[in-house]
Amino acid sequence: MAESAEPGAAPLIALRAIERTFRLGEDKVAALTGVSLDIGAGEYLAVVGPSGSGKSTLLNLLGLLDRPDAGHYLFEGRDVTTLSVHEQAAVRSRRIGFVFQSFHLVPRLTAAENIALPMVLAGIAPADRARRVGEALAAVALTDRAGHRPDQLSGGQRQRVAIARATVMQPAVLLADEPTGNLDRTTGEGVIGLLESLNRLGMTLIVVTHDAALAARARRQVSVSDGRIVGDRIRAA
Amino acid sequence: MRGVDLLGLASGAAVGSPLRTALSVLAMAIGVAAVVVLTALGDGARRYVLDRFASLGSNLVIVLPGRSSTGGFNPANAITSTPRDLSVLDAAALRRAPAVLRLAPLSVGTSEISYGGRLRETVVAGTTAEFMALRRFALAEGRFLPESDWSRATPVAVLGATIRAELFGNREVVGELVRIGDRRVRVVGVLAPVGQGLGMNPDENVIVPVALAQAMFNTNTLFRIMVEARDRSRIEDAKQQVLEILRARHGGEEDMTVITQDAVLATFDRLLTALTGAVAAIAAISLAVAGILIMNVMLVAVSQRTAEIGLLKALGADPKVILGLFLTEAAMLAVAGAVLGYLLGQVGAFGLRLAFPVFPAFAPGWAVLAAITTALVTGLLFGLAPARHAARLDAVIALGRRP
Ligand SMILES: Nc1ncnc2c1ncn2[C@@H]1O[C@H](COP(=O)(O)OP(=O)(O)OP(=O)(O)O)[C@@H](O)[C@H]1O
Ligand SMILES: [Mg+2]
Repeated sequence: MAESAEPGAAPLIALRAIERTFRLGEDKVAALTGVSLDIGAGEYLAVVGPSGSGKSTLLNLLGLLDRPDAGHYLFEGRDVTTLSVHEQAAVRSRRIGFVFQSFHLVPRLTAAENIALPMVLAGIAPADRARRVGEALAAVALTDRAGHRPDQLSGGQRQRVAIARATVMQPAVLLADEPTGNLDRTTGEGVIGLLESLNRLGMTLIVVTHDAALAARARRQVSVSDGRIVGDRIRAA
Repeated sequence: MRGVDLLGLASGAAVGSPLRTALSVLAMAIGVAAVVVLTALGDGARRYVLDRFASLGSNLVIVLPGRSSTGGFNPANAITSTPRDLSVLDAAALRRAPAVLRLAPLSVGTSEISYGGRLRETVVAGTTAEFMALRRFALAEGRFLPESDWSRATPVAVLGATIRAELFGNREVVGELVRIGDRRVRVVGVLAPVGQGLGMNPDENVIVPVALAQAMFNTNTLFRIMVEARDRSRIEDAKQQVLEILRARHGGEEDMTVITQDAVLATFDRLLTALTGAVAAIAAISLAVAGILIMNVMLVAVSQRTAEIGLLKALGADPKVILGLFLTEAAMLAVAGAVLGYLLGQVGAFGLRLAFPVFPAFAPGWAVLAAITTALVTGLLFGLAPARHAARLDAVIALGRRP
């Protein structure tokens, strides 16, 4: 098992014997079986594995979008499996950022409005929002696109808006499911570069990917197969 | 989430699908407009009728021959002979009642009136001099009936304004002889135009002394006795005194009906208010239809925005916030519809007043308030199911939908 970034300190994320089974009528699909995993604050982790192995299911559990059928999930030392939907929403709002393969921007909102959305939902004051949206746009080099709607942006630009939106609440962890899946290689590398620069500033980064080359850039690689963790390697520095 | 932001997000979503929004706003607007216009019509009718009654004169007590059918079945009446009619002497006896200011007997029949080869059918009202003051009539020309003995059939007549115009045109009329039935009668005066009345229109009547009318129609009974109480507070006294005197004259039997104008007005008022309410309730059905349309529109909105709902959940939106967003959107559609419908309804009522100037077609305040409240409540009520559906969506499955 890999060590936490800071040995001895409680890990940011601790999964203990997680089970997740989907029922499709009579059939049961065991998407995750006996998954235990520690992830330290500030880590850069890639989740790899064949299609249908349970990578997305794992990421959704980590993001509190889904609940395990058994096992415990400790986030920042707190057992979040027993939280109410309202408490889980609050944790997602403040501590977790999502980046999706298909961007999931709201089409009728401008780039700036999309980025402001998590702050709007969290009830942050407009003045504060404007300042932080400005900073986030600058960080993803899209200041001149603030007033553009998603359909006026390229795929790479859309994903950069999505990344700005995922980080504007300064979450503890950024979860990215195939963030480059809809982008060509060079654009994808630009996006990964952006995520890595955020990680260098201290944000925990967990990326699900099919792409071996991209996975190889992460310091730690977790391999999933058939719902189990079958490999956990840390790249030599 | 802040209230302003909630409104902003919800209105943005509504504007984002203009056709859907326009349709539900329109449906709601039609419902509210229907309530406003129909109640304006109903309440206009009520006020119109009440105004007409008020123009009969004030503090009126009216005596009719025969037992009122609304008085209930009275076995004492059933075994007695046919009720006695009202006579001119009955009317004269009412002078004794201290609460009575003035009174006039009324005998009515139809006849032909002719002058210079022109002929028309008319209602002939036989009465006395006091009738003019009692009905608050004004004279356009000449004099009213002479103050004379009620039993004298002086051959004089006062014409209504329409009769005068039709028979005489611009010619001089006072002093002319006209033929009513087979009698020659001298015109002594013409009434100022009164306008539309209930039942009888005085403009189309000819007024003659009561004895003359009774002679013409070969009767000695009266159609009504019109009594005016000394003031409003004595209407009930007058009614009791009139009843007492007439009962005594009719051998102790109450074979006449005395109604007060107040009672008639109150009955009409109740009847027409109920009618307006019923019309409003029927119109309110269209509000329910609009509510169902809003529900469908919101269900479509939820299914079209499933991915967006998943995203909002991923971004940390509490289920309550999502519920609030969709409820706010439904409420906005309802409010917009209610406001538009209110304006449309007022324009419609204005149009009615233009088309029928005598008709005071104003929607009553209660109806407008009820329509707008119902619109809001239906909007929220029918918006609730879709909003709850949205709030309960599974985030992972919702996100799986392509936006
Ligand atoms: N909502 C669901 N209902 C039923 N089965 C599901 C559901 N979600 C996932 N599964 C099943 O769970 C297993 C793991 O799915 P998951 O989406 O986590 O795979 P993945 O590793 O992300 O695959 P991919 O690389 O294709 O995205 C699959 O067999 C899938 O069919
Ligand atoms: Mg997946």
